[in-house]
Parts: sequence; structure tokens; C-alpha cells
Amino acid sequence: MKVFCVAEYRFDELNPLSIELLNLANQIKGDGTAEAVVVGKNVGKYAEELAKYADKVWKVEDEGLENYTPDLYVDVLLQLAEREKPDLILIGNTAQGGEFAPYLAAKMNVPIATDVVAVDVSDGVKVSRYLMQGKLMVDLKLKSTPAVLTIRQGVFKEGPEVGGEIVDAGIKPSKESRRKFITFVEPEVGEVDITQADIIVSVGRGIEDASNIELAEELAELLGGVVAGSRPVIDNGWLPKDRQVGISGKVVKPKLYLALGISGAFQHVMGMKDSELIIAINKDPEAPIFGVAHYGVVADLFEVVPELIEKLKEIKG
Amino acid sequence: MKIIVLAKHAPDPESEISVASDGKSISQSGLVYDINDWDRYAVEEAIRIKEEKGGEVVVVGVGTNCDDTLRKCLAMGADRAIKIPVDTSFDAYQTAEVIKEAIKDEQFDMIFAGLMSQDLNNAQVGVLLAAMLDLPVATAVAQLKVEDGKVIARRELEGGYLEEVELPTPCVLTIQSGINEPRYVSIMGIKRAKSKEMKEVNVTPSISTLEIEKMYLPPVKKAEMIEGDPSQIAEKIIEILKERGLI
Repeated sequence: MKVFCVAEYRFDELNPLSIELLNLANQIKGDGTAEAVVVGKNVGKYAEELAKYADKVWKVEDEGLENYTPDLYVDVLLQLAEREKPDLILIGNTAQGGEFAPYLAAKMNVPIATDVVAVDVSDGVKVSRYLMQGKLMVDLKLKSTPAVLTIRQGVFKEGPEVGGEIVDAGIKPSKESRRKFITFVEPEVGEVDITQADIIVSVGRGIEDASNIELAEELAELLGGVVAGSRPVIDNGWLPKDRQVGISGKVVKPKLYLALGISGAFQHVMGMKDSELIIAINKDPEAPIFGVAHYGVVADLFEVVPELIEKLKEIKG
Repeated sequence: MKIIVLAKHAPDPESEISVASDGKSISQSGLVYDINDWDRYAVEEAIRIKEEKGGEVVVVGVGTNCDDTLRKCLAMGADRAIKIPVDTSFDAYQTAEVIKEAIKDEQFDMIFAGLMSQDLNNAQVGVLLAAMLDLPVATAVAQLKVEDGKVIARRELEGGYLEEVELPTPCVLTIQSGINEPRYVSIMGIKRAKSKEMKEVNVTPSISTLEIEKMYLPPVKKAEMIEGDPSQIAEKIIEILKERGLI
């Protein structure tokens, strides 16, 4: 089958997920092709990188495509898909890909599955994806092709080198974008840089209330570490945004990551899974965090943490 | 300013989850339902805009059992509700299609949806609806400024970055959690909101693009579990930390 992979880049760097899409495409293409599509004003260097892993790279270049907008991405991809007729269009499940992929699918009037982690093309197109924040999994069959899939990062890391050609698609936007890009806003810088910490005590929804953050702070201080948190804790304003661990926050690799009351949604796990030692305490034995932790404790953190604090105080004298 | 907000009555992923006997759906026993967390922020954002600029907030729910969530939205300050009493399966196209049909006579400036549902995590309905209505869209909106005929939205990207974009109205925005602090509603407040209009619109979906083959608990590589009473657990954790030279 002919598999299209829409590449993504930002701040002068190709998103590694773009290569992962090609790895998947090479896996499922059979006697077809894995073809990358890269859209922008000046995309030659990305095209070269992609060509290592693709049978063909389509460059869609135009002044008006300098900044991503869903209007124009959908516009040019529709034109290209109509002409080249891919069977599958793979897009990264990112802030960008997750935005224009459903729009593209609806305009093509074709099925879409998002945040896909496995694809089987032996009998039609079947995909697997998580739901319930990682606690359940579903296999879906798409009723027809072509179809659009958005792919989870970090799943398809291995693949062959192919060495394909780079082709100018000769496609231009057919209209103005209704949505205008204005600027990128840099993350706020806080007093503590959690990416530099050796020890992180991280709290999730299980910490229950802002007043309980103190408990984590006391533990972190005794361990010589800092306090961080998962999305719900930041959303509730219990910790500042620069303490957020996850895809939309920071990626940390401390020597110790102590996860207190964190369920382990994928968006969080991608920010801490490479920590040297992960110990997770959670009341829910099914919490996905136990899939990434080295040591797990199914218990009430409000019973275990005070004990830990007591014993650490004894050690420290 | 008239804003339509999509609100889903959805099971909490923190509730007890198992697969039903058909092997293709979530068992209802043990599930605790509430307004989808992202939608709570979307409803709050719409109400704040209305409070500042005037106008109307209309909340739309899909599902035979979505009354509680719609009432909650009305209690928060939405003006009226539209209930579409159909259980659209996993297929986000169906949900978007019935919403499009049910709001076809409404004039609006914006449609808000939560970034995704807390149960299915598809993040599709808002964008599919935008495409079906051919409206501009922005997803994962973390900050929002509404002006005459346009909005300035800051979208959440990876790594703490935001992308600032401008869209003309009408448009569709999907809202990221944390954009505001949703107000609390009391049981009394929900009772008082009973006088607000909740209109049922019957629509049957015609599109079907997916079939569920199988639902199952994901295979997990399990951590080594530490057991015992809290004191024993703490003791073992300290042993591990000592072994690693962390204390």
C-alpha cells in the first residue's frame, strides 16, 4: 500500500516522530511505498533527513506556508492526496498533527483513528489504541481506505534506511489561511529548574488538596530534592506551571523519581520514563504508572509518606 | 456573543474499569460519571466571556443519560441546553454529525469543546465539527482573548511553549484544562437550574467509519511491588534508596 507520512518540525528541528511514522510505513507498506510529505517555506534540509527513511519525499513549498496553520496544511494535503491517492496518511499525534488530522479526514470524508500505537494491515486496516487514560485498550477496524491515522510518539523507534528521492510536489495553497500565526510564547522560567534535579518528589491528583503539597515538600527537602507534579496538580494551581512533568511540560531524568498519587497518563509518562529509579505510590493497583515504575506500592500515600518522613528524620538525626 | 459549548457526560478514568462480557465495551458497573473534565473548563470559559461581554451560552450534550451534566452546566451559568438523546458509539464522526444537525438553526460566534473526552481520549469531535461546518479551528487553547469579530488564542504546544494565533469568528476552539478555575456548583444550585430550558432534539447518525473488534486491559510490564504495612513499606523504600546511594 501507498503510505503517506506528514512530517513535522519546529524551531529548525525535525520532530523525531516524523521518522517514526516512516518506520511504521516501511513496516506496513508491503510492495507499496513509504512516502514523506513536508510542508513549509523552505524544507530542503528536512526533506534530506526524511529521504533516508522514505521511498519518496514530497516537498510542498510556498511563501505562504512559512508557519503552520491547519487551514493551509489541510488545503495542500487535500490537493496532494487527491492527485497521488495514498491508502493511508500517517500524522504525528502532537499539538500540531492532532489538530489538522481530523480536519483533513473530515474534508476527505474518510475514517480516522487518533493516538494509535499498533497498526495491522493483514485484513483491511486495524489499529490499537488506549482509552481511559491508559487503563483500557481497544482494537478498531476502519471500515474503508484511504484513512488518516495519528500515531503516538515513541512506539515505532526502529526501522530500515531506504534512501529515496526528493520530489517537488508542485502544489501551492489555493486560498488564504483564515487563521493567522502570530508568535511562539516561551515557557515561563521559575525559581527551580526541575530538569536539573537529581531527586524529584512528584505529586498527582492523589495528593487531593493544595494543603497537602507541604507533605511532598517536607519529603523532598529531607531527600535533597525538589517537588514537581502532573497535569491535574498544575491545572488546579497547586504548583506553578514550570513544575509540570510531561509532554506539555518538562522532560526529566533524575536519579530518583518518586511518584505520589500519579496515575501515569501517557502525557505524564513521556516526561519521566527515563528516570534512573522510579518508585510509585498509588491507591489504584491498576494505575498505569506501575507499568513504568521500577518499584510500586499500592497504598494510601498519606499513610506511607509520613512514615518515610519519620524514618528519614531518624537517619538524619 | 453567543457561544455553543459541547459537554460530555463521561465516565471518570479513575473509577473502577473492566471490560463488559461482550468483550467490546466498557462494563458499566463501577463507573462513576460526571461532566468531562476538559468540558468543565470549556463551559467556565464561555460563561466568563458571557459575563463580561453579554450574550448567551448554549450547552449541547449527546447521549441518553447526559441530563446530569447538562443540568450542572446550567447551574454553572449556561442559559439553555440542547440534549441529543442518542448513544453514538466510539465513532466521533457520529457525535459530530448529530451535533451539527442539532445546532443547524442556531446562529453562533463560537463553539467550544473540551480538548478531548476523559474516557475515549480521541480529541476528534470538536475538529470534525469544525471541518463539517467549514469553520476555522484552534485546539488545546490555554489562554483566550475575545475581541470584535476575532479571537486571539494561545495554543498549548509541547515543552511548555504556546503558539499565539488569531482567528475570525465564527470559529471552533477546543479548550485545554487549566485555562481557568471552573466554579463550583452546589446540589442546590443544580436544583435551582431546573427552570432553565433543556430541549431534546432527536437526530439519528448516518455515518459509520469504525468497528470495535475487541476491548481489553492493556498488557503491563509490572513494577516490583513492595508490600507490608506503611512502616514496613517505608523501611523497604529507605533500603532501596540506601543501596543506590541516594541517602
